[in-house]
Parts: sequence; structure tokens; C-alpha cells
Amino acid sequence: MAQILKLLRSSPWSARFGLAVIVFYIFIATFAPVLTPYGETDIVGSEFEPWSAEFMFGTDNLGRDMLTRLLYGARNTIGIAFVTTCLAFLIGGLSGLLAATLGGWADQALSRVVDVLMAFPPLIFALLLLTILGTSIPVLVVVIAVLDSTRVYRLARAVAMNIAVMDFVEVARLRGEGLGWIIGREVLPNSLPPLVAEFGLRFCFVFLFISALSFLGLGIQPPTADWGSMVRDNATLITYGDITPLLPAGAIALLTVGVNFVVDWFLHKTAGLRDDQ
Amino acid sequence: MGKILTMVSQRLALGLLTLFVVSLIIFLAVQLLPGDLAQAILGQSATPETVAAFRRELKLDLPAHIRYFEWLMGILQGDLGRSLANQREIAELIGGRLLNTLFLASIAAAIAVPLAVTLGILAALYPNSLYDRVVNIVTLTSISFPEFFVAYILILFLAVDAGIFPSISNISGDIGFWEHVYRSILPALTLTLVVVAHMMRMTRAAIINLLASPYIEMANLKGLKRSRIIIRHALPNALSPIINVIVINLAYLVVGVVIVEVVFVYPGLGQLMVDSVSKRDIPVVQACSLIFAATYILLNLTADILAILSNPRLLHPR
Repeated sequence: MAQILKLLRSSPWSARFGLAVIVFYIFIATFAPVLTPYGETDIVGSEFEPWSAEFMFGTDNLGRDMLTRLLYGARNTIGIAFVTTCLAFLIGGLSGLLAATLGGWADQALSRVVDVLMAFPPLIFALLLLTILGTSIPVLVVVIAVLDSTRVYRLARAVAMNIAVMDFVEVARLRGEGLGWIIGREVLPNSLPPLVAEFGLRFCFVFLFISALSFLGLGIQPPTADWGSMVRDNATLITYGDITPLLPAGAIALLTVGVNFVVDWFLHKTAGLRDDQ
Repeated sequence: MGKILTMVSQRLALGLLTLFVVSLIIFLAVQLLPGDLAQAILGQSATPETVAAFRRELKLDLPAHIRYFEWLMGILQGDLGRSLANQREIAELIGGRLLNTLFLASIAAAIAVPLAVTLGILAALYPNSLYDRVVNIVTLTSISFPEFFVAYILILFLAVDAGIFPSISNISGDIGFWEHVYRSILPALTLTLVVVAHMMRMTRAAIINLLASPYIEMANLKGLKRSRIIIRHALPNALSPIINVIVINLAYLVVGVVIVEVVFVYPGLGQLMVDSVSKRDIPVVQACSLIFAATYILLNLTADILAILSNPRLLHPR
């Protein structure tokens, strides 16, 4: 605990700001129902009511309370992005570690599949798959997780490659340890720091990606509150100089900025592993 | 020289192979449909006779590999098939829109590339200065912004408040070149803001990396001015990674155009694609995917080849 406090005290203001933002968002996502008197999909007033004491940020295009939708949106958008990122890491990380540890044809086969998937622009591929499979949350999560796992695979493989040739891995092999032990106890612990940083970056990417799809009307479907679709639904207000539609968009931007600041700091701490990206 | 030629032709062959595999994936992805295309379009209530007739019309009774080659041959001859939604020729739907999209992407590139390179060189000139730190924070922030956030902020300030530019890009009929530029300036600016940050950071990183090398120290010891060292000595060697990152960002731009087009109701290929996705007009989505993917792959291929060609070690082998 004392160590963590010491680490925090030495951090730059941008990292502190990022951490504060992340904690704030987690708080909102957890306590959304307590923080607002209205329900997620309740129609409580007429359409596009202005900001008032009753409706802090006014109402949306169907007369639902904007603030309530924003709070619940934190839950849905962040939750789905988080699950997707975890799944992407499960797929990409595992196959990357496997490819590096096994080498040979398994590595070749996996790498060529990833090459082809990465040659495709992700947004276009996602649009194509969503046309065919239809838009539902499980499809969305799986499609984006698979597309994103290719990037995780590349990094996990590259990092694990350097570790899989080390002496202690060789010793473990000679001892007759199984593949599971070698990956879980020898390779994975040593490749963790870059993967943790990548988790932050990937989360941002997935989060922006889902929001973009929702904004296009092809992601999280109504009546579920979600920041991307909230921007889309209320966009007309912008032309009257009303900044309400910028609130959900800003909420997305603020979280990604926060996470990026923390990752930036983390990368500097762990000795500039991928300074250029 | 022979070595470079082999490397370039290898990359070209690989690029063509990728293009082929990608077209195969775009075509075969439809097989993921539960049932088939005819059933998916007509729905559960259609009689078996209607489905069978429609299947014949779509040539679904032929085996997949024959349909694939017919599709591919058609595309190579400029025949993209017909839209399911309105029975119009897809080539006709796409033609003008593709030009609009390329026009928008070129304007954005014309603004973004010089801006990013200049800002990057300036940041490398004064590392760790206030300017450098401000630019670092600002670019990190703008990388994190969703495209539509940037777009709506620009609309709010430049279109609604200041009233300088139109908030909707109404491009139709025969408007002149400059009017076209004027009406697409806000979408182009949005795209610029989205790609400048990454290009600028990479330009800075490429130059800063080089500054540690011995020949730069030599130039320093000769007493040259810092600006001269960077522009005359470091820049030529940093050119290869910079060109690479520029082309990669151009590839990104072509794809990023989709969202920006939707925000500004810009009549481009991206908007057509998004509309067709919501209508589940699969042939149009396939055609748009193929065009976007091909552009993306070709630009990335160009980046690879330029990186080989501008590498001094390969150009002047010992």
C-alpha cells in the first residue's frame, strides 16, 4: 500500500488525472441506478426539453432523461467494451503465446491467418460481418474481439518469442514440464508488462470502435442506453447551437484520454517498450 | 539493384495474393448466413417456390466456386452486379460516390501531411521544451477522440456559431471545383485532426531516434546550427519511416472517411456502405468492402515498397 502511494506521488499530473477519470467512471457505472431517480428507458417528459432543475441535461429525442441515459450508458458502453477486450486478449494472447512457444508450423499457420485478417480494414470487415450476421450484442462482442485479437496476437507473439528462447524455459522443457506449465508459469509472467499496457490501448480502441458502430446505428441497439447511439439520436440539436449531443461524445473522449494518459505513464515506467506507437 | 527488384516483386506478389484472399473472404462470408441469401432476404413466410425462383435469379443454385469466379470476372470488367434494395446497377451507384470519397480524402491529405511533418520537425527541434510537451499532450488527447466528437465540435464552432462553413456537405449537380472544396472543408478538417496526431508523433520519434547517432554528434561538434543538422542531416535518413507512416495514415483516412461522411451527410462511398448495411443489401456491401479493402491493401503495399526503396542501406549495398 505504501509502495502504491509512493508510486502515485511520483506520477506526473497527466497520469493522476487519468487515474481519477477511470475511478470516477467505474463509480458511475457501478452506482448508476442509485444516482438517478428515473429508469434507463423511462419516458419522463416531452422531446428535447431544455436543461432544468428536474432534468439536469434536458431530455432526449424520445423524452427520456439525458442524465439518466448518460449514467446507464457508462454501464453498457464500458461494460461491453471491457468484455470484448477481455475476450480479444483471451483469444489473441493465448494463441500468441502458443505460437511463440510451439514455433514451427503452428506458428506459421496462425501468423498467416492473422496476416490476412489484418490486411482488412477493421471497420469495413466489421460492417461486412454485421450485415451478414445481424446486429446483436453477442455478435458485436465476438466480431470485434476476433478482429482485435489479431493485434494482441502480434504483440503477445513478439514478446513471448524473446522469452521462449531463454535458458530457464529450456530448463523447464528438459525437466519435462507440459505446454500448460511452460506458458503459464514461465513465459506469461515474464511477458506481462507490455501486455498490460496493450490492454489499456486495446480497451480504448475497442471502446471507440463500438461507439463508432453505435453512432452509425449498427452497434448497441435501442432502447439500451449507449453513448454512441445517444450522439446519433440527438445530433440534430447541434444545428441549434445546443451542446447536449456533445455530452455523450465528450464522455467517450474523456475516458479514452484518461486511459491513454495512464498507459503513457506506464510505458515510460516500464522503460519505453513501444515508445513509437 | 537486383536485390531491391526481387524484394519489391516479392512484396507485389504478396500484395496480390492478399487481395485475392480478401476478395475470397468477402465473397464467402455470405455463407455464414443461416440458410442462404434468398431465404434471409425473403424471410420465414416466403413459400418454397418463391425462394427457389429467387435462388435461381441470384444464381444460388450454382456451386460456390463457380459463382465466385463469375463475381470476380464481373468485377474485373466493371460489372459489380445489382443492388437487392432497388435493383439498380451497383457500378452506377458507386461511380460518382467513389470520386467524391477520393476527393475528400485528397483534400484531407493535402492539409494533414505538410502540417504533420512541419509540427513533427518543430517538436524534434526543441525536445522537452514547453512546445514539445504541449504538443505531446494535445496529440495524445486528439488520438483519443472519437471522429464524431471532433466533427460535431467543428460543426458547433465553425458552422453554427461562426457560420463560416456549411454543416452539411451538399454536393450534387454541377458545382465548380472551389465550391466543392468549400463544401467539403469541414469533413476534411475533421479527418485532418484525426490523422495529424499520429503522423506528427511518428515524425518526431523518427528524427529524435536519429539524433543519437554518431554522425549527428559529429555535425554537432562541427558547430552546425540545430535547425541545419535536423533538416540537412537527420531528415533525409528519417524519410523512410516518415513516408511509411504517412502512407499508412492515408490508408486509415480512406477507412475513417466512413464515419465522417455519415456526420456531414457527404455523398460518398462510406455513406452508401452504411446505408446498405442497415438495409442488409449484401451485394452493395460486398462491392463497397472490396473497394475499401483494395484501397487499404494497395496503400499499405505502397508503404512497404516505398520503405524498401527509400532505405539507404538497400539502395547502396556494400
